[in-house]
Amino acid sequence: MSAEIRHIVEPHPVTGLTNNKLGIWLFLASEVMLFGALFSAYIMMRTGDLNWHSHGLNIPLATFNTAVLITSSVTMVMAWASVMMDSLPKFRMYMGVTILLGCTFLVVKYFEYTAKFSHHIYPATSTFYALYFTMTGLHVLHVIGGLVVNAYFWGPGASLWRKDKMHFAGRIECAGLYWHFVDLVWIFLFPVLYLLP
Amino acid sequence: MSATSHADIQKHVRTYVMVFLALGVLTGITVAVSYLHLTIVPAVLLALFIASIKGTLVAAYFMHLIGERKLIYWVLVICAVFFVTLLALPVLTSGR
Repeated sequence: MSAEIRHIVEPHPVTGLTNNKLGIWLFLASEVMLFGALFSAYIMMRTGDLNWHSHGLNIPLATFNTAVLITSSVTMVMAWASVMMDSLPKFRMYMGVTILLGCTFLVVKYFEYTAKFSHHIYPATSTFYALYFTMTGLHVLHVIGGLVVNAYFWGPGASLWRKDKMHFAGRIECAGLYWHFVDLVWIFLFPVLYLLP
Repeated sequence: MSATSHADIQKHVRTYVMVFLALGVLTGITVAVSYLHLTIVPAVLLALFIASIKGTLVAAYFMHLIGERKLIYWVLVICAVFFVTLLALPVLTSGR
């Protein structure tokens, strides 16, 4: 019996979905609970801390990073659209821009973190900074993971295009779902950590 | 990849651009609202309301949730129930 995963191009007769799409949505649901646990900790810490303060974060830089991630979400979905419209060069261009924007996000986070460290502000400094570094740090790890996957599909993974275009399109759609989720998490992290009084 | 699907994808591309512009405007509104110096409860409700609209746009159009199979909706509904419970637990179980 073949060990090949079935129903990755044609939908499964019971679920009506390809197995990889159902799998990625189930994974994203588990990721919602992972970040949900941290948001829950934020609510508990904030309501329990009479000396809560949330000043000192760079709002313009974080706003720029929000725009960077939102733009990368658009270029990611355009990369998928390019695969569906049969254009490998356009796919490579849009996926390349997505990867560059993701790297830009990481560079900005690097400058944010090092600025804090240079002022002797660390996770142990206060409850707020403990949550800030943990939540944004976990998000950064997810961005790095997404970048590794996207870089694979931009590079060696694109060889699947020549063998089976619809299989490749399905993989790009799943990579896109993960990347949009990473953007979604930041859409909530940004106002909660940077903008609330 | 048929000619019909090319036309469909072109329509999708126009939608992606509109959603991108809407997300840009909503991000601007999110930052502008923070300068109103609201008290904590209205600030939280307003921030989460705007973030939810942005999240819905990303999920519905970029993640293709509009027109997705019902099974995915059920996965997300069950996830949402547990997510809301998780967030409410610190408040509901407070000792005060």
